[in-house]
Amino acid sequence: MIKASVFVKLKPSVLDPQGKAITSKLTELGYDSVMDVRVGKVIEIQFDESDKASVSEQVEKICATMLANPNIEDYSYNIEIVE
Amino acid sequence: MKVSVITFPGTNCDHDTIEVFSQFGDDATLVWHQDRDLKNPDLVVFAGGSAYGDYLRGGALAKYSPVVEEVIKYAGKGGMVLGLCNGFQILTECGLLPGTLMINTGLDFICEHRHIRVEHPNSPWTYGIAAGTVLDIPIAHKEGNFHIDAAGLQELEDNERVLFRYSDESGNVNTDANPNGSLNNIAGICSANKRVLGMMPHPERAAFPGLKSQDGTQLFKALQSYFAASG
Repeated sequence: MIKASVFVKLKPSVLDPQGKAITSKLTELGYDSVMDVRVGKVIEIQFDESDKASVSEQVEKICATMLANPNIEDYSYNIEIVE
Repeated sequence: MKVSVITFPGTNCDHDTIEVFSQFGDDATLVWHQDRDLKNPDLVVFAGGSAYGDYLRGGALAKYSPVVEEVIKYAGKGGMVLGLCNGFQILTECGLLPGTLMINTGLDFICEHRHIRVEHPNSPWTYGIAAGTVLDIPIAHKEGNFHIDAAGLQELEDNERVLFRYSDESGNVNTDANPNGSLNNIAGICSANKRVLGMMPHPERAAFPGLKSQDGTQLFKALQSYFAASG
């Protein structure tokens, strides 16, 4: 079995209101060195196959067409074989 | 006028939308998202609600329904498509309109009456409505913060594709009148050929007697006039 962990985050140029709210709360709580927070998504996909190249190709397509909105988001992913 | 209103799982303004068009004597009918027959419409509507629960992002999963493929083909042939609220999100996700509706800058779901200013009368959607007309139309969304890159924004502005902006009651467009952080106070945009419109406000919630505002009626009347004039 293969597990793909997909990370979707807002592009650096896009304002992240959730991140701003968390940043401001952390500062309020005394975490003085916190400079910025960005909120993203982690999506785990399980594949019932063991060919990493095949899974990688599928994950790339899934990310580009569904999981990330190319207007505002970037994505990356890890692929690992799990038992 | 024949109107086909699309129902996805989670759409909840489809019946209101049918009622509004029926008030004008239009032949308005529901089309299920798994269907491919659009029923030969003059206008297709993606109504408000939360298609697929807005999972992942508003409209992100709805775009894979068979009916959307047909609507894209229909729009490609010059067909008219209206997306209201969640319908606007679906239009951006499926590529019929540019940009993205991001989470409101205040992070809240906002459900309240707002004023929008009509920017350009030269579209089927604003036909006969003077530029600068201010309408009181409710909004109800958490992801209505319109975002697009600088070049895309310029293109929309240069080609008079921003049809509605959030304003105050007197038509002043400023930060105070912007409920959700939308670039340039954008509340609604149309396609390059002007035949696809997406807007976050709900005109169908301001088009029945007895409601707080009936200003939405003006937009539906504009459509009627456009169709009457274009035969």
